[in-house]
Amino acid sequence: MRVVITGLGVVAPNGVGIDAFTKAIKNGESGITFHQNLADLNFSCCIGGIPQISEEKKGAYLTPLQLRGFNSSGILYGCMAGMDAWKDAGFKIDSESDLDFDSGTVFGTGTSGVEKFREAIYKLDDKQVKRLGSTVVVQTMASGVSAFLGGILGLGNQVTTNSSACTTGTEAILMGYERIKNGQAKRMLVGSCSDDGPYIWGGFDAMRVMTYKHNESPEQGSRPMSASASGFVPGSGAGALVLESLETALERNATIYAEVLGGNINSGGQRNGGTMTAPNAKAVQRCIKDAIKNAGITAKEIDVINGHLTATSKDGLEIENWTKALDRKGGDFPYINSLKSMVGHCLSAAGSIESVATVLQIKEQFVFPNINCDDLHPDISQLISEEKIVKKLLKTEVNIAAKASFGFGDVNGCVIFKKY
Amino acid sequence: MTKEELIAKLKTIVQPYIQNEEAFNNLSENTDFINDLKINSANLVDVILDVEDEFDIRIENDDMERMVSVKAAMDIVNEKLAEK
Repeated sequence: MRVVITGLGVVAPNGVGIDAFTKAIKNGESGITFHQNLADLNFSCCIGGIPQISEEKKGAYLTPLQLRGFNSSGILYGCMAGMDAWKDAGFKIDSESDLDFDSGTVFGTGTSGVEKFREAIYKLDDKQVKRLGSTVVVQTMASGVSAFLGGILGLGNQVTTNSSACTTGTEAILMGYERIKNGQAKRMLVGSCSDDGPYIWGGFDAMRVMTYKHNESPEQGSRPMSASASGFVPGSGAGALVLESLETALERNATIYAEVLGGNINSGGQRNGGTMTAPNAKAVQRCIKDAIKNAGITAKEIDVINGHLTATSKDGLEIENWTKALDRKGGDFPYINSLKSMVGHCLSAAGSIESVATVLQIKEQFVFPNINCDDLHPDISQLISEEKIVKKLLKTEVNIAAKASFGFGDVNGCVIFKKY
Repeated sequence: MTKEELIAKLKTIVQPYIQNEEAFNNLSENTDFINDLKINSANLVDVILDVEDEFDIRIENDDMERMVSVKAAMDIVNEKLAEK
């Protein structure tokens, strides 16, 4: 059973909606800005990527009742991206539609509704538990986003949320892919989202893994693969893809963006150098190799890689892992870029937003520029030719693209997309 | 507060939650929140919170349970206001 992508949706710091996002990634536009509330809270890193969404726009996706007492940015982003992808795939959104047992969703997140949770905790500690109302549970349960989408779209197949830190979005794609491949669903909306703001980013700031050197120059802050990379910049948003069996896509004459050839998910088990926060290199390489095997291609066929590449000290190790897994280096290495240079690290939303960018590259045959990498890290230039790190929009043939994500807990995901 | 004023206030409070426009337009003392207005049962607690805020009263669990219609809401609000 072949599985194809028939719809895309995205809510990213540098573009909300597929058209705006496509334009932004082609032009190398940064979505990173300074946030006074982070400075007021004594954050070291006061910059971040937050999608720009007006109240009017919110009202175009959620009803006044859904927006009453609503305070969960991740669910908002997830619903917007998911609904856009659904419509992009050619489906109508109608609250009276028939229940569709052939369609489901795997829509991941790291945590849900941290702002809502904070509101609730203040009320609880003030002995006001009765005053919480009905909205706390659905906005703070991890599966809040898939529950919202399941109801909005009338999905009757599996409706669930996965969670595997920064691998979440990539994992969701593979989970939906497998469900279709196994014949258990015809169509799966897959994606992931992440809240924005101090309560989700604070723990990372405390770990000193976010950059504190670019508060005066936010757009230059996220510097994957650069010698002057000094930590990641936090981001937020959501990405969504409609996956469907090739058969049903052809039956209904849907636009096909690309094919999902396969992929792999594994874990380094926090062994052999892997820890809660650092990857086991052997497991990363194996994940990539097994993804290639699962996709039924050879490493030579990969034209472009969309890396995890967060702009921490681990970027060099990631490139080394790619060179070993593919057995390709120097001028033989595929083109590579990191969307994080423009949107920051969108955490649990990263894998899906970056996959949407990867699929757009296949559909429109380009490689988007990796910004803020004029000073390539010497460890990386020893491994691959500098020309492979795309710094200006490149129009080229993109047949097969690999997207990988690596997350806390030593978990890995790699998915292979092909032009249809 | 007259009976009509109280009904008008309750009508404004329930408006965001109703799912039957016609029953809402014809709202009277005899209107049932769930059967007539089709308010989602989970939202009944939100209606009660909004009633508490509007009249500056506190509604306890046993009163909450019986507050399923305009009439019951009027009785409870009047009782609570009389206690103040």
